[in-house]
Amino acid sequence: MSSVRVKNIIKTYGEVKAVDNVSFEVQKGELFGLIGPDGAGKTSIFRILTTLLLADSGTATVDGYDVVKDYQAIRNRVGYMPGRFSLYQDLTVKENLTFFATVFGTSIEENYALIKDIYEQIRPFNNRRAGKLSGGMKQKLALCCALIHKPAILFLDEPTTGVDVVSRKEFWDMLNQLKKQGITIVVSTPYMDEAMLCDRIALIQNGSIMSINTPDHIVQSFPKPLFAAKADNIYRLLQDLRADTEVESCYAFGEYLHLTLRVKDGNEHTISAIAAKYNPGGFEVKRIAPAIEDCFIELMGNE
Amino acid sequence: MEDNQSPSTVGRQSSTKEKAIVCKNLTKQFGDFKAVNNISFDVDQGEIFGFLGANGAGKTTAMRILCGLSYPTSGEAMVAGFDVYRQQEKIKKNIGYMSQKFSLYDNLTVLENIEFYGGIYGVQGAEIKTRSNDLVSTLGLEKEAKKLVGELPLGWKQKLAFSVAIFHRPKIVFLDEPTGGVDPVTRRQFWDMIYEAAANGITVFVTTHYMDEAEYCNRISVMVDGCVNAMDTPANLKKQFNAHSMDEVFYELARSAKRTGD
Repeated sequence: MSSVRVKNIIKTYGEVKAVDNVSFEVQKGELFGLIGPDGAGKTSIFRILTTLLLADSGTATVDGYDVVKDYQAIRNRVGYMPGRFSLYQDLTVKENLTFFATVFGTSIEENYALIKDIYEQIRPFNNRRAGKLSGGMKQKLALCCALIHKPAILFLDEPTTGVDVVSRKEFWDMLNQLKKQGITIVVSTPYMDEAMLCDRIALIQNGSIMSINTPDHIVQSFPKPLFAAKADNIYRLLQDLRADTEVESCYAFGEYLHLTLRVKDGNEHTISAIAAKYNPGGFEVKRIAPAIEDCFIELMGNE
Repeated sequence: MEDNQSPSTVGRQSSTKEKAIVCKNLTKQFGDFKAVNNISFDVDQGEIFGFLGANGAGKTTAMRILCGLSYPTSGEAMVAGFDVYRQQEKIKKNIGYMSQKFSLYDNLTVLENIEFYGGIYGVQGAEIKTRSNDLVSTLGLEKEAKKLVGELPLGWKQKLAFSVAIFHRPKIVFLDEPTGGVDPVTRRQFWDMIYEAAANGITVFVTTHYMDEAEYCNRISVMVDGCVNAMDTPANLKKQFNAHSMDEVFYELARSAKRTGD
């Protein structure tokens, strides 16, 4: 059964098409990622699915309920963590949690097992006001508050934006624990490397989904051999290769440049021969498997 | 740590002139709390230097001192040849600063923003005009020049903010998480601009949460709990930590952090 079903959703703000005919489904128990930059339409989709915003057209159901007709039923069944911290800053950790539990007609004790691992990390700060918590702790408290009524589906809008690598990793570990308990999770992120941690992803840009599949499938559909090259002066190499007529695309990626050729059957030697024209010092090239970010860039080029 | 490209100049009085930033035993204490704990490093003129650290590691505090906005408790630092204790105003004139959050005025037009910043930094009226026309055409913003900045897409705002930060041709530009939220293509266009600025001799001092971006830097330092726990080229750091990516290096260093916070 589908936990979330979105069909031909359109949402415009004045002239801007924030969501442009988007359709997708999320299966029960799935960890589904919406991957894309700011302004891609991720937040609008979240707000439509959590019944906080009406679409111009199209339909959507969450846990089998219609987002327009059955909005009250949906609100009891979803947990939502918006991108901006939205707990009560002048209530303490404990007070926030109690408040959210009460609003949903439950108690902290009733679903304690669900939040236990996360809550115990912030419990020492029970009497601290939420506004005085660090970024990582705020994030944990917000997740506890979104979980306290044992939702069937969790919507997390950019939970890791601006958070450092260590906290991001911890957060994804928490999500995997929750997934094991059968909760469906829809999460958005601008960090392409986090895509690999989802069961399935939708790559989204300018309100449209460019590709939707498992991360492995998306990576395998990259249409051409991809190469990584570097030299002592990487900026010069970038300019030289990018201007070369045999090179189709060339962009910086970590310590290397990633490039594809116009011909289909090129290999490392083809690239070495091209580079040799510019005589770069310390040149290296190897064939590599594309990352989600390479796929995103390639798909953007097609749009 | 010594600069291995010009070891002969280390320790000589004149060497500080070729360094964009010299920082020695810099400490900033708030009560008992050492936000920045005895950090030392040099940054060369024209270098792209990545200043990384976990949330709460002390990056912002250190950066505020280097930008002439806050006094250290002890230690020494020279920025663009000026002393962080005695010459804060000279530092401010010789650096540029850009952060994702507050760099441009949304309710001024593109041209007005450029004019405003140019004026603040003492660029002459006629010169502002010439340079802003050049800038607008380089960025391809001719049609948007008279539009409010608030109406521009985020990626254009970031490029404009960077251009404005180096409009007065500073020796150093500080970039505080400059590229958050944009698509991967726009992010790379932004880095092309950073490379170009560095190739023109501007020192770039940058913080980022994108570890692949850390690898675009010539050298990186990683702060943990107020101290600089590692500093080298990305390639050497990966070798040192036997890691495949900067992500792993950062994780190894920062997971031992005791502090959390922003």
